[in-house]
Amino acid sequence: MREFVMSDNFTIKIRRQDGPDAKPYWQEFEVNFRPGMNVVIALQDIRRDPVTIDGVKADPVVWECSCLEEVCGSCAMVINGRARQACSALIEDLDRPVTLEPLAKFPVVRDLMVDRSSLFENFARVRAWIPIDGTYPMGPGPQVSQEEQEAAYPLARCITCGCCLAACPQVNNNSSFMGAAVLNQATLLNSYPTGRMNRAARLDVVRGDGGLAGCGNAQNCERVCPKSIPLVSSIARLNREALLDAVKRWLGK
Amino acid sequence: MKQANIIVIGGGLAGLMTTIKIAEAGQKVQLFAMQPVRRSHSVCAQGGINAAINLKGEGDSIWTHFDDTVYGGDFLANQPLVKRMCEAAPDIVELTARMGVMYNRTPEGNLDFRRFGGTKFHRTAFAGTTTGQQLVYALDEQVRRHEAEGLVTKFEGWELLSPVIHNGACRGITAMNLNTMEVRAFPADAVVAATGGIGAIFGLSTNSLVNTGSAASALYQAGAVYANPEFVQVHPTAMPGEDKLRLISESARGEGGRVWVPRDGRPWYFLEDWYPAYGNLVPRDIASRAIFKVVHELGLGVDGGEVVYMDISHLNPRDIDRNLYGIAEIYERFSGDDPRKVPMRVFPAVHYNMGGLWVDDSMATNVPGLFAAGEAEYQHHGANRLGANSLVSCIFDGMVAGPAAVAYAEGLQKRSGEISSGIFEAEANLQRDINADILNTGGTENPFDLFREMGDLMRKNVTVIRKNDDLKKTDEKLAEMLERCGRLNVVDKSPVANTSLVFARELKNMLILARAITVGALMRDESRGAHYKPEYPMRDDAGWLKTTRASFTPDGPEISYEPVDVSLIVPRERHYDVD
Ligand SMILES: Cc1cc2nc3c(=O)[nH]c(=O)nc-3n(C[C@H](O)[C@H](O)[C@H](O)COP(=O)(O)OP(=O)(O)OC[C@H]3O[C@@H](n4cnc5c(N)ncnc54)[C@H](O)[C@@H]3O)c2cc1C
Repeated sequence: MREFVMSDNFTIKIRRQDGPDAKPYWQEFEVNFRPGMNVVIALQDIRRDPVTIDGVKADPVVWECSCLEEVCGSCAMVINGRARQACSALIEDLDRPVTLEPLAKFPVVRDLMVDRSSLFENFARVRAWIPIDGTYPMGPGPQVSQEEQEAAYPLARCITCGCCLAACPQVNNNSSFMGAAVLNQATLLNSYPTGRMNRAARLDVVRGDGGLAGCGNAQNCERVCPKSIPLVSSIARLNREALLDAVKRWLGK
Repeated sequence: MKQANIIVIGGGLAGLMTTIKIAEAGQKVQLFAMQPVRRSHSVCAQGGINAAINLKGEGDSIWTHFDDTVYGGDFLANQPLVKRMCEAAPDIVELTARMGVMYNRTPEGNLDFRRFGGTKFHRTAFAGTTTGQQLVYALDEQVRRHEAEGLVTKFEGWELLSPVIHNGACRGITAMNLNTMEVRAFPADAVVAATGGIGAIFGLSTNSLVNTGSAASALYQAGAVYANPEFVQVHPTAMPGEDKLRLISESARGEGGRVWVPRDGRPWYFLEDWYPAYGNLVPRDIASRAIFKVVHELGLGVDGGEVVYMDISHLNPRDIDRNLYGIAEIYERFSGDDPRKVPMRVFPAVHYNMGGLWVDDSMATNVPGLFAAGEAEYQHHGANRLGANSLVSCIFDGMVAGPAAVAYAEGLQKRSGEISSGIFEAEANLQRDINADILNTGGTENPFDLFREMGDLMRKNVTVIRKNDDLKKTDEKLAEMLERCGRLNVVDKSPVANTSLVFARELKNMLILARAITVGALMRDESRGAHYKPEYPMRDDAGWLKTTRASFTPDGPEISYEPVDVSLIVPRERHYDVD
């Protein structure tokens, strides 16, 4: 790839869709390169004055973004074929022309904006919470060893962007597989001293429909995770727990 | 218990805690947020959350936390409420640990604490460098639990447009669905606004792009008093950038990071030189002004530019990975340089709004039935916020605002459901008309260009150094921009996810709030905390130990003042060079 110089223009190809039921189509835009530029800045440029490469006036491109530092998870989209955050996709590191598509596997709202509410519904299914007694003062809570904390913290860095689902071959219209982000939440909660108390209920869910059995071990999730979460071992650990728990229950009968 | 119906606007830490408290009291909540609550700006908080638990045996105490906060805020905060916040802080940190926040731990398994600015104590609990995210997720899951039990209904992707005011009281809101653009009125017995900060008014800031202050502005325009608008914090260390000024958290200095510029071929640690008692951990207003002095007056910016070094390269890489990983990751990703090896290039950036909707000790605004919480309100931080004090104030506010809203709603003579639906429909129609107007004007002003102009103007004249003639010109310019804002050219006419229309509405609200900030600054002829005027370089307690109250009028803000409650700590001179 050639080094960029200030005056260079580059082309962005965007897969557009005017509404949830509309037909997708492609448009190309030319954008002026500046050092440090990311995909969000390029989209902002286009929004200011949306004219295609052929000089046709277009509607501004719609996308989501908020924190611009890879922690809110809003701006996930497919960039040059790969699911990732637009804010941390620097133009100078990308092959040109740059191709943008909405995050796969989620219903499109408009252009690059998708509806990821299914993720949150699945968090509810795996009860990704600790049922605390109440919010009144009750002392410091459990002690946690440094070792446990250091093992669990990387799992807690998930930003709910949905890239792992977008890249997963098992997440599709014919399956109810909830995906790595959701299973990882179950692993995380099960690893906390008090979260462990509701482990059995979580394991019941992940053993059921859309749960662990859906994972085909393609390992794409870990490859695309912007936070490098060890999702493969996280799911493997949940698998082990689920198995052990099932055996224990069976023996206990 | 009478069944009430309460609306919370905002799903950051303040809104989530408010929601949990209301649900815990058995009342129903409708929770509105522009985005899935997990994507709220609170997730950006890196450094940590303050609580004087004194687990390091340094002799820290609630009183010292209180004193540091009031002193750090240059005595502009009403003291009794700040004291209550500091008292609640240990319970808040422990509560969130019980919710599963992965706080860093000591070898014995207790909460670990680090240092932050404006204090001598290890008072900041932290979960790596993603404390805000961990807190939001934990609170969000508690809300989800209440949601599963039917107490909470979430309206994610809905934007507050206006409050519905009837006979002087807030009886609900109008809101717009950001996907379908549907505008609807929602009756409520009480409304809590936890809508966060205002960074976007300055164009570029450390804030998330959604932090426009538009909601607070809409409430202000409907009669809510806005307090201390002129107090806007500029954080000393952020990465320069075209889309955002990414924060390099104060925790970097808390863990031993040092700020310097080259002078005569050698590093000059000017903060350590000038402020030996606190060194790199002086409060933010002091550090930002020092950097301005070094760069603009002494001409010592790195490579002659608006840059100083923030250096952690001398720290043990293993400690960086354990305690500052998120910072190193952000810096590396966006600059391409590894801060474990080279010093980071930073400059001050707009960061936090000490001002906000005026509230009393129970988070009630002057409009009955309307409450405010979190960064959207003005209590606690006075003229300058101390690092890691915001997360705790947001959660504390939720703990106060939630029960206060419940008490208010339960005590109402007439439920909002009993009020004629015509009142609500009228307000919704008004808001629909505004949308139609924006889409049909066919003006010539590009909203995004106008936004940039506003931001450039505000950054230039209303941040670290303020001069009266600049401020005066700025307000005139803002008034002119407001007029131009009535002639926008919104290209997008789509009825689906029309983000340009949304932005156009927000822009007007931003401009209106920008005027309050500017006029507040113009009128305050002293220097206090983040507000600094070279023409009036000293704090002036005789003239200005008072809270600014801005009320909206179409011709600009109407400013009045009220005394500050300094009943617990006698104001004293503030300096960080000696103890
Ligand atoms: C980069 C960065 C790092 C920080 N680090 C720290 C730290 O380490 N420690 C610390 O104490 N503080 C820190 N702060 C400050 C702290 O993060 C914020 O002050 C705090 O999170 C604000 O929380 P909040 O709940 O008031 O608002 P937010 O978290 O901003 O939430 C606002 C909510 O309101 C919603 N909303 C806004 N307008 C509308 C509308 N019109 N209609 C519907 N919903 C609306 C939003 O969608 C969002 O859900 C940091 C700030 C920044 C910028």
